Amino acid sequence: MTAREEILARVRSALHTAPSDPVAAHARLSHTYNRIGKLSREACLELFIDRLVDYDSEILQVTAESEIPQAIAKALQHADEHRALVAPVFPAACLPPGFEFKLDNALPTSEIEGVAAVVTTCEAAVAATGTIILVHDGAQGRRVITLMPDHHICLVHRDQVFELLPEAMTAIAGRTTKPITTISGPSATSDIEMTRIRGVHGPRRLTVILYG
Amino acid sequence: MSVIVGKTSQAPDFPIAAKSALKNDQLRRNVAHATNVIRNKRALRVEEMPDWEDLRQAGSDIKAHTLAHLDHYLEEFARNCELAGGKVHWARDADEANSIAINLIRHYGGTEPGLEVIKVKTMTSDEVQMNHALEAAGIKPIETDLADMIVQLGHDEPSHIVVPALHKNRVEIRDIFRKQMGLPELTEQPEDLTNAARHYLRDRFLRAKIGISGANFAIAATGSVGVVESEGNGRMCVTLPEVLITLIGIEKVLPTFADLEVILQTLPRSATGERMNPYNSIWTGVTPGDGPQAFHVILLDNGRTRLLEDEIERETLACIRCGACLNACPVYRETGGHAYGSIYSGPIGAILSPQLQSLEHSRSLPFASTLCGACYEVCPVKINIPEVLIHLRGRVVREDQKTLGGKLSAENIAMQTVATVFQDHRRYEAAQRLARIGQTIFKRDGQLTNLPGMAGGWTRSRDLRPIPKQSFRDWWKARDKNGEETREKKAEERA
Repeated sequence: MTAREEILARVRSALHTAPSDPVAAHARLSHTYNRIGKLSREACLELFIDRLVDYDSEILQVTAESEIPQAIAKALQHADEHRALVAPVFPAACLPPGFEFKLDNALPTSEIEGVAAVVTTCEAAVAATGTIILVHDGAQGRRVITLMPDHHICLVHRDQVFELLPEAMTAIAGRTTKPITTISGPSATSDIEMTRIRGVHGPRRLTVILYG
Repeated sequence: MSVIVGKTSQAPDFPIAAKSALKNDQLRRNVAHATNVIRNKRALRVEEMPDWEDLRQAGSDIKAHTLAHLDHYLEEFARNCELAGGKVHWARDADEANSIAINLIRHYGGTEPGLEVIKVKTMTSDEVQMNHALEAAGIKPIETDLADMIVQLGHDEPSHIVVPALHKNRVEIRDIFRKQMGLPELTEQPEDLTNAARHYLRDRFLRAKIGISGANFAIAATGSVGVVESEGNGRMCVTLPEVLITLIGIEKVLPTFADLEVILQTLPRSATGERMNPYNSIWTGVTPGDGPQAFHVILLDNGRTRLLEDEIERETLACIRCGACLNACPVYRETGGHAYGSIYSGPIGAILSPQLQSLEHSRSLPFASTLCGACYEVCPVKINIPEVLIHLRGRVVREDQKTLGGKLSAENIAMQTVATVFQDHRRYEAAQRLARIGQTIFKRDGQLTNLPGMAGGWTRSRDLRPIPKQSFRDWWKARDKNGEETREKKAEERA
């Protein structure tokens, strides 16, 4: 018997119940927890901002899409950075002049290392937990470019912000063929005497640009 | 099949290990501080969730359902993972898991000695002692979680499921880093220590060809796998190497992507008291052009299927390794994790390690609890740990009674005697009268402070009230006799 056959046989003999339909049984599980938010649009966005601040993220708010380049410029200036990575399909109209934007055409890590910032879009965001969700495709970039730079600048459309995690998970459920990263504030550790230290291996700085 | 859980086979019994842990003041201070911080943060983050109890119930239901159909979901996961470009291996026990990993590393990395592989924190790999096996094969595993680095560089053992180095304070960590990283000037500021870890690992992340990870969950419906973390070392390990090997206990499978919405709400709040941990990575097989282009999953049994048999024991497999029960446990909070002699410590370790090993090597662990129930109260998937502990204590006793030595042991004889005495009220009352006379020589200032034999285990650290002159039963009887009289007298008084 192969290990696979043996483990499955052990499971079946241990369960000693008549096989039933797992799909139907799974559908019958009750979900009494909150799956749909109750807050107004304004309150939901306010909550999102409050959570981001709580994680030491930087927030820049703009209304018109035409203001995005200025916001990106500001985020880079705050961090004293001149260069940033973007995915090749990132809308060029959103990028401010006066900075060098390096397109990630399957760049090797040696060329990614040393670039201080990255600008991406996102798939969805969660207000209750201050989380942005990347589905690594298109302008959201490959995983590596969102990870190695020290500063991640992420564009979040206000319509992408859900109040609760289950709402956002439902929105992205069809996209699991691509890698997914959820990001809640900058990288951090509390491993030394439970003191929260911002920035270990992932980006030490997270800027969220809210637009739309 | 030989089930191994870390180094439990060489560990002393809990009461012996606990005694020496209790003498280590520094350790107790460190453990008390860390568990207090996490406990308070958790309480805060749980309190703000109006639907917390519903989430706990949902988590418990999902896990119970999955375990009841585990064969179905394992096959579904394996099928979907392979359709997406992954390769699934099955390991009956620790040795098999380690040899699969070593063969894969040799296949992709060659046989050059000292080959480095990067690892992201995985308790399951500690369970199978993978680092030890890799080193024996000439492969150099590099732990990348800060706490795991502290443990690895300090030649130590993890003492907590989530914060493995919580028994070390900043000065102790500084000393380990100074020595192992060659940084004699390093200060004990947590910022500096964290920075040192970042620099130490950066090159290693970039040059490693092979990464090893665990998984917090595997999704059957999509074949996806996920790692929950804070530092970004997890993202590094699952993104940068060309080859990724992920070791997963078979109980970690979840039916659908939607089920994650429950676990991802309860796990971070329970584990670190955060609304959400900084990073969750979820990936499905191989994505061309993004991340490792070869992905191998090792599905590990190592005693887990044995726990499925019994409905009470099966509950243990619902554990999502948040560590909340450790932080809440009055025993763990005093002794820390090492006394449990297993990488799974605290209440969950006290039920998980003995069961995985079918009670071998860890017979004292089910007794390492006061049964206060704090662990059950905080468990995000509602594992009734006290119930499982009592069940296991019963198993240990029944197994002992099968041997002649066990049958004739003082404890068994005493317990059998107590059972006989408690079965009949006349015997019980006679025993009480006897004890009332016998106890006089042990009374000090109205308390029993130094009982002989096994009962001394109780009085060594606690006072015991003596049996009173009149017991409740005596009083009840006397009241029965005088009952009518008293009632009449009272009626008269009222009149």
